[in-house]
Amino acid sequence: MLTKRIIACLDVDGGRVVKGVQFENLRDAGDPAELAKAHSTSGADEIVLLDISAAHERRATLLDTVRRAARQLFIPFTVGGGIRTLEDAAAVFSAGADKISINSAALADPAVITRIAERFGSQAVVVAIDAKRCEEASRWEAYTHGGRATSNRDAVEWAQEAEDCGAGEILLTSMDRDGTGVGFDCDLTRAVADSVGIPVIASGGAGGARHFVEVFREGHADAALAASIFHYGFSRLVDLKQEIGSQGVPVRWPC
Amino acid sequence: MIAIVDYGAGNLVSVKKALDWLGQECAITSDPGQVEKATKIVLPGVGHFASTAALARSGLRDAIADAIGRGVPFLGICVGMQWMFERSRESPETPGLGVLRGECERFPTSVKSPHVGWNQLEVDPSSRLLRGVPSLSFVYFTHSFRAPVTGTTVACCDYGGRFSAAVERDHLFGVQFHPEKSGEIGLKMLGNFCEL
Repeated sequence: MLTKRIIACLDVDGGRVVKGVQFENLRDAGDPAELAKAHSTSGADEIVLLDISAAHERRATLLDTVRRAARQLFIPFTVGGGIRTLEDAAAVFSAGADKISINSAALADPAVITRIAERFGSQAVVVAIDAKRCEEASRWEAYTHGGRATSNRDAVEWAQEAEDCGAGEILLTSMDRDGTGVGFDCDLTRAVADSVGIPVIASGGAGGARHFVEVFREGHADAALAASIFHYGFSRLVDLKQEIGSQGVPVRWPC
Repeated sequence: MIAIVDYGAGNLVSVKKALDWLGQECAITSDPGQVEKATKIVLPGVGHFASTAALARSGLRDAIADAIGRGVPFLGICVGMQWMFERSRESPETPGLGVLRGECERFPTSVKSPHVGWNQLEVDPSSRLLRGVPSLSFVYFTHSFRAPVTGTTVACCDYGGRFSAAVERDHLFGVQFHPEKSGEIGLKMLGNFCEL
């Protein structure tokens, strides 16, 4: 049976893993290559590395970090942050990434999704959407530049357009829930997952096993991503997957 | 030397990385001459079946067919495996290599497509490629078209019906999933291929 994926995310700034609460208050959590390997060993189905400093400052260390992490990773490895062009994507792929995640640049010019998909295949292109709930009820807006500016685009419509442009997956982060540990935004996830044909990865808000079960069941997510709950020993991945599996959600276990 | 055939479709770094990890001498190449001299051939592939048309244009198809004719072990991955069949509905005008009988087809509309993620194998224990790989092992898939179950199938997967996850005949091998992205179990299969 096709399993629901549990994805470990490493938010990287200046070559170190950090994690903030609602995109701020960053704390140092370790070396990306070591953490990626450790997560893979303890049962992560996939690793995502996001360079969160990328869209607003230059960084020379990212490709080196990707290379070091990729060398000992034999599960899918996605890299995002500051990828603006086909050339940026090609450099990240040569460093060992299997997929790239693109956000602000895709909102500015959706054709970049198509260019990368035509060269590397749709399966290699993840469009990341940072969505924030609007004042009025069930509507979410897509934000750019690490959540600093609104695009004034409806998140669901943008996900559909991204799919049409050639995206292979949507990485959907709830800005309202990010880093809070109170659970994924199941309404947002379901609204997007039911509107596109490609897999949707839910992100933002994971605090425990029941949140994963909820977002798979009620949010219709194909995969769910978390960062901070894995980093500080709050919850070992092995235990988490067993608990999710014991509640009847198909997961890759034992791996 | 293992030749990893580059025909301009997708990213071959992860396949090379896995073979490097296994201590194998290997090179990514688009040169038919180098493919003819290889001791083993790996044909990765992602994206659209039509991209395999580049193999015929560049002379790589002839080089691969010639090597296969001389008994050189061959492993097709993903679209590389689909290309071993006669054709695919994804691009009916692009002929496959045709060393295996059958046609690749789209998933039924009853399931979400593409099929992305970790799914389980039903393994034929006589397979040489899958030696030491237990049934129900998880491997990583990402594809929208699939190959039928035939006499050469050595592993099945079920997603909207059963399809060929691995095929094997003499020195010809193909896997629909990505062994280079399937953790320890995937490395084991690549190791088996390298040791042939």
